[in-house]
Amino acid sequence: MGKVRIISAGGLSTVQDLGRYGYQRFGLSPAGAVDDFSLRVGNLLLGNDPGAAALEMTGLGPTAEFLEDTLFALTGGDLGPSLDGVDLPLWEVLFATRGSVLSFAGLRRGLRGYLSVAGGFDVPEVLGSRSTDLTAGLGGWEGRALRSGDTLTTFPAVRPSGIVGRRLHPSRLPHFASPYTLRVVLGPQQAFFTAEAVETFLLSSYEVTPQLDRVGIKFKGPTLAHAGSTDLISEGNPLGALQVPKGGLPILLLASRHTVGGYPKVAVVTGSDLYQAGQMKPGDIVTFQAVTLQEAHQLWRSYIASFGKLRAILG
Amino acid sequence: MSAVVRFFPAGDRALLVELGDGIDPETNRRVRALLQLLDRIPVAGVRDVIPSYRSLLVDYDPAVVDRGELEARLRERLGRLDQASLPPPRMVEIPTLYGGDMGPDLEFVARHHGLTPEEVVKLHAGGEYLVYLVGFSPGFPFLGGLPRELATPRLDNPRLRVPAGSVAIGGEQTGVYPFPTAGGWRLIGRTPLQLFDPGRSEPFLLAPGDLVRFVPISREEFHRLQQDAVSKGLGSGD
Repeated sequence: MGKVRIISAGGLSTVQDLGRYGYQRFGLSPAGAVDDFSLRVGNLLLGNDPGAAALEMTGLGPTAEFLEDTLFALTGGDLGPSLDGVDLPLWEVLFATRGSVLSFAGLRRGLRGYLSVAGGFDVPEVLGSRSTDLTAGLGGWEGRALRSGDTLTTFPAVRPSGIVGRRLHPSRLPHFASPYTLRVVLGPQQAFFTAEAVETFLLSSYEVTPQLDRVGIKFKGPTLAHAGSTDLISEGNPLGALQVPKGGLPILLLASRHTVGGYPKVAVVTGSDLYQAGQMKPGDIVTFQAVTLQEAHQLWRSYIASFGKLRAILG
Repeated sequence: MSAVVRFFPAGDRALLVELGDGIDPETNRRVRALLQLLDRIPVAGVRDVIPSYRSLLVDYDPAVVDRGELEARLRERLGRLDQASLPPPRMVEIPTLYGGDMGPDLEFVARHHGLTPEEVVKLHAGGEYLVYLVGFSPGFPFLGGLPRELATPRLDNPRLRVPAGSVAIGGEQTGVYPFPTAGGWRLIGRTPLQLFDPGRSEPFLLAPGDLVRFVPISREEFHRLQQDAVSKGLGSGD
């Protein structure tokens, strides 16, 4: 069992797993890691369940002390990590001796880093998940972002030793670099837009604006004309939806989105590509590429199968 | 009689099932009937379901259930909606302290309609409201049934902080804010009840299909109910 004490908080750092499902009918957003790829890989490297709770760190990482010897991994965006002043690699199982201090120099690539520990973080399961829901103030560490002085404990490691240095093969590393391409399935409200608007959406580049958080990303770029009314009777919001309010600029809905909404959705980002949105920062450029539903399902099956393969390789 | 049901892919991991075109109690009842059949006999691979006014969003894992299979399972249940046995609606009373500092817009709403504040309270508390859906934010009920003569335009500039428990009117809707949030609805009162408390055995006070009545209470009752909630450990009483 390990303990990690936060010395200074940095940017927004929250405990996240793969999300809280079953309560969207009451308005609870699933939350969960915005970049689920990086969460899963960090856990698999450590021999954890892919959905074990990790620390999602945004932009500026925290400074933290390991109070016990701990196996850990850093995945996702590159926040410039070092341990007692020595630079650390991402996507690799690392070992911290008791008393060593993890710190981050600043953002080099992507936006969100994940700190996974062997065993996963031991926070109470609330309504079936350890994810922090900042809106409802529940889950994770006391329902809030971490602050200096908080001390997270970890579950006992599943694979306590002999895995230091295990890493993801470089060919499997995601790039997390602008320009991004996100594949989408058009709809469910494609009919609310003119044919030209759908064409514009697929042929243009969009820029990520500073209006970005765990709820969603607002883009700027060519506006999309609605064919008629923009009023939709409020309905469930799927993860990855690109909703287009009256102004005509798309907003991508992420893990902590509102459960229902009344804006027409021109398209939804595929489950296989959405994790990349978790690494986008203001100024990044994105294009959207339409695929058929069948193609998207094939992509999703490969995406999920890749974690199974990784698990098998790591043994 | 049943309207045509339409299916729309909402990306590769969600299917939108539309059961009607408008906001009406019968369409919403059919939404809840389908939800109940899905709860009773779950479909493998369905991870979550979001019922709303006239549709369900079915969140599924296409690595477990393919789209054709899912649609077939949904059609089976749609063919048996009559077999859903929706319980008689629960009537949930929301004790509400109207006006004053708890309902700073009551006077405005009254003036707007040429009524006295007492008449507004009588009309609002005289209504019976259907919870069409709970969502947007945790525990927020979308209520139908506001008397037409109380429909009031929203604020031009939303408040940055609406206190938890605020009972409000926004356009033709009325509702209760479960959390302190920004909001543009007209605040006419406040309830000491907590609409959402993760520590309770039933964390959410309201569910789709419930009926709601607002019951006017005095300031003394408000404080007593708030104290009760705190002493039972039911919440902060904010």
